[in-house]
This record gives sequence, C-alpha cells and structure tokens, in this order.
Amino acid sequence: MTAILAEGLRKTYGKKGSAKAALAGLDLAVPAGTVHAVLGPNGAGKTTAVRILATLLRPDAGTARVAGRDAVREPDEVRYRIGLLGQHAAVDEVLSGRQNLELFGRLYHLGRAGARQRAAALLAQFGLDDTGGKPVGQYSGGMRRRLDLAASLIMRPQVLFLDEPTTGLDPRGRTEVWQAVRSLVGDGTTVLLTTQYLEEADQLADRVSVVDHGRAVAEGTADELKARLGGDRIDVVVRDADRLDAAAAVIGMAARAGEDAVEVDADARRISAPVADRMAALADTVAGLGAAGVAAEDVSLRRPTLDEVFLHLTGRTQDLNQEQDQDQDRRPERDDGRADGGAAGRARAVAEGSAR
Amino acid sequence: MTATTLPAPPPPARTAGARLKWAVADGLTMTGRGFAHWARRPGQAVVSLVFPVMMLVVFTYLLGGGMAVSGGGSYREYLVPGMLALAMSFGLEATMVSLTSDLGKGVVDRFRTMPMAPSAVLVGRALTDMAESAAGLVVMAGAGLAVGWRWHGTWAEALAAFGLLLLLRFAMLWAGIFLGLVAGKPEMVQAVQILVWPVAFLSSAFTSPETMPGWLGAVAEWNPMSATAGAIRELFDNPGWSGDSWAAQHQVLLAVVWPLVLLAVFFPLAVRRYRSLGR
Repeated sequence: MTAILAEGLRKTYGKKGSAKAALAGLDLAVPAGTVHAVLGPNGAGKTTAVRILATLLRPDAGTARVAGRDAVREPDEVRYRIGLLGQHAAVDEVLSGRQNLELFGRLYHLGRAGARQRAAALLAQFGLDDTGGKPVGQYSGGMRRRLDLAASLIMRPQVLFLDEPTTGLDPRGRTEVWQAVRSLVGDGTTVLLTTQYLEEADQLADRVSVVDHGRAVAEGTADELKARLGGDRIDVVVRDADRLDAAAAVIGMAARAGEDAVEVDADARRISAPVADRMAALADTVAGLGAAGVAAEDVSLRRPTLDEVFLHLTGRTQDLNQEQDQDQDRRPERDDGRADGGAAGRARAVAEGSAR
Repeated sequence: MTATTLPAPPPPARTAGARLKWAVADGLTMTGRGFAHWARRPGQAVVSLVFPVMMLVVFTYLLGGGMAVSGGGSYREYLVPGMLALAMSFGLEATMVSLTSDLGKGVVDRFRTMPMAPSAVLVGRALTDMAESAAGLVVMAGAGLAVGWRWHGTWAEALAAFGLLLLLRFAMLWAGIFLGLVAGKPEMVQAVQILVWPVAFLSSAFTSPETMPGWLGAVAEWNPMSATAGAIRELFDNPGWSGDSWAAQHQVLLAVVWPLVLLAVFFPLAVRRYRSLGR
C-alpha cells in the first residue's frame, strides 16, 4: 500500500512577476511502513512539499494523498492520521512539557483523563518525566525536539512527517532524535523526512529522493545513489604542490577510478578520487605515495558530500557529468583540457614564485 | 499502565452538530491555554494591568493640575472615563503581541495540522483577551474610585457603560487579530505600537477636542475612542465636553455604531486572513 503519494505537485509563491516556483511537478510514492528521505539543498522545495502533504498549504496543482485520503479535499481525515515535526519546534514555550501534551491531547478529543494519561506515557517514553513540569522555554534544543516529536505522536499517526528534524541540534541531540525515529519505524509508522545531510538519509531511510528546483531528480536507496556517484572517495593532501601530478597518478592507479575521475584542487593541495574498494585503495595509495617519494599531510576516506551527489545528479557541471558516465572498463575519451589541470598549473607557478 | 494503552479518540466530526460541539469544546480548551499562560507568567499579567493605572496616576497627579474641563466640573471625573476607553484601545496591541508570538513560534502550525476546529485558535484568543480586559476594567475602575472618580448615574447606566467599553475592546480585538496576522512577526508590532499613541491622544480622552486646532478637533470628535469615552461620561453622569457637531451630540449612538463598523470590517478580514494561511 502506498502511504504517501504526490503526483505533479506544483506551488508558486508570490505575485505574478516576482513569482517563485517552489514546486515544479514533484512526484513521490512512499510504501506504507517505510522511511523515505527527501534530500536536497536549501530552497529545493522540501519544506513546501511537507507542508502540502501535512495539509498546511494548498498546492496550485497536482494530487497529494496521505494514508489513503486526499490532503486537499479531506484535510480533517488526513489530520487524524498524521504527525508533523516541523523545522521550528511547534510547542508552547510558556507552558510545561506536560501541559503541552495535555493541551494537544484534548484538542485531539481524547478527553481530560485520556489526554493526561497519554501525556504521562509519552513523557516517560521520551525520557522527559523529570522535566515535565518545567516551562518548555527552559528546555535544551534536544529536549524540545523530543517533546515536539512526542506531541506529533499523540495519535500514533500512520504517517509521520519530519522536516529537517536534526538541523541546528548538537551531535547528542541528533543521536537522540535518530534513536526515537528508529524506534517508531518498528511500530509500522510510515516516515517522510527531509534533510540536507546524506548521512542522515543514509542512517534512517529505506529510500531517498533527491529534490532540486521543486522536482525529484533521482530516487533510490542511499547505496544506489552513492553508486551512481562512484561510491566513497579518497582525499589526499600533499605537502608539496610540485608533486601534485605525481600524487594524482598514484591515486588514479590506487583508486582504480581512471585518471579523468581524479580531481585536483591545487590551492588546497588536495587530490580526490572515487574508490570502489575502500581498504585496497587506502593501502595502495599509502604504499604508492611512499614508493614515489611523495610526502602526504593527510589521507582520508569519506562519503560523498551532498554537494557532490547533487552536482552529479543534476549534471550541472560538464566535467562532473562526464564522470558520471564513466566506469572502470569503458572511459570516454577526453578532448578538452581539465579546468583543474589549469588551476594546478597556476598553483605551481605561484609555488615556484614563492620558493626560496 | 503500559505504553501500549492508547485512549481511543472519537472519530472526526462529520455532521454539523458534532462540528459545532467540538468547535465550542476546542475554543474553550484554547481559552484554558490562555489562562494557563497567565498562571505561568503572573508578572506579565500584572504589568499589563498596572500600566493603564500608572497612566491614570500620571495624568491625575502630574499633569491634571493644569487641566480644566471646558464645560466645568472635576478633571478627574472627566479623565477616568477617557482612561477606561484608552485601556480598551490599547488592547489592540496586546492581542497583536500574543498572536504574532504564537505565529512566530510555529505552535499555530501544530494546531493547524490537528483535526481541531479551525476557529478554536481565534476563539481562544478572543475569550482570553476579553477576560483579561474585563479584569483590567475592574482594576482601572477601582483605581479611578481611589483617585476620586465617582459615577452619579444608575447601576443600569454604569453596566451599559462597561458594556460599551467591552464592545470597543471586542472591535479592537479583531482589528488586532487581523493586523497580527498581516504583520506575522513580533518585530512588526512595534510599528503599530508607535502609531497607537497619536490615535489615542487625538481623541477626547484627555482634553476636549474644542481646545484643539479646528481640523484636529474634528478628527478627535469623530475618533471611535472619543465616542466611547463621551458616551460613558454621559452614562456615568461625569462632566463631558459640549460640542455642537453631530458627533458631539450623538455620542452614545456613535459608541455603538463605531465598534460595529470596525467589527464588520475586521472580523471578516481576520477570518479570511487566518484561513488563507494555507495558501
């Protein structure tokens, strides 16, 4: 069963002339009981999509169905089945945590006793019973987020929307929220979360949609998306800018990614390449640099950043687009010089100029 | 009790009767929230009650000595009805502040994703603010009595006077809700707070419009606040100002009509604006 279905969602803000399209035909389909991440940079339309699905905003066009109901035509039916954790804590800062949950419970028509009982259970579940009597204004960011999440769960929603749930939290608060989300998934709740962090999508989501300019540009599991990019990357910072070319050759071999997939940032003296086999690439790089007599300041393996995933998927950059096509056996011939090579050349000239 | 017990909620309201029942219940729940805010922040509630009293003291003891009532009579008896009308008008900012701070914090978003009656947020605001203003009137009237103000009319007339004051407050409430929804952010309220002052002083609250330059006096005569202040002076049998204009001759009528006109304008605007938050 499809718990969340968006088809051709469009939304434009502002008046004619200065209008800005937030959504330009967004499609999403999330099976019940799964976690789906919507990944994209600021301004991609993530929050607009969530607000439409959560009945806060009417779309200009397209359909939005949540838990089998139409979010535009039957908002009350949808509201009985969803919870929303927005970007800003949607709780009353003057009231205590307990008062907040009881207020929301009564507005869900649980009755006075029912609301009290549910509030107590949720405070215990989220480890807030000690601070339940304090005004929310005195809570830490992580505590406030947990209370916000508890408030979203008063009705055991079938579908839970999390709009950038960990943005602005410290690492501890982030871990707290992740744990809470994982425990929900076990109960069969369908979760749609938006995030700017690939790592978060990776940690929590079954599938990921990459959104740009108000439409989905790619969809798949986190592993599939990363595979399209060439998986993990190795970064090497060399001590001497003169040896950048030598190091790039070594890393190209070690990463088995091909020379044209190796990116050279001359200013930072950094070389970066996608790797298929992490450990082999790391060992070969270290050994190869040693054999070639290149001194390295730093060697690290890392996940692709959202910027990189994003650039590859949108194909905005010519160079990056070519990389996406290439694989180990078949490399497209290059007929133009790399911009990076030019930069390296300039950097080399600068390095020579400043040499003693 | 285990974590799995979940009180069953009633199903969504699908009939008009059930909707009305929940609209009333939700409105009262939201009013309870407003009262809980007072209990949590008694200092703030006290300040909003004491501020008009302080103004009364300033005008009675610091400035009042130099004031005379054009038609004769005690300035204090002239001043107190004006201050009561002023306190009601200042309710506009109080409503704006509470509403914009809710909007800014996202808690209204939570209310709007819940299957509660959409009217409850505004109904709760209205009932809370009206209760606060009624309490404010009692405090102000008490302070007035303490500085020597008396009413000389009947109890029925006095009650009618308080009714007119609350009617003005009710009109200001919906103007405040509309402006709060338009402003959206608490920072925008400051601009309105500054504008409220000239409007408040350009009235018959402190002095007779006859003492003002011609055109200013005409504006002051027609100011809705002047109408309420003048009407309750009549009802309390306090000294007022004697003008020849139509506005001066029909103050009680204007004190009813003005707030109704304001309501007819701002109530639909506020409701429409609140509904269009989702567009």
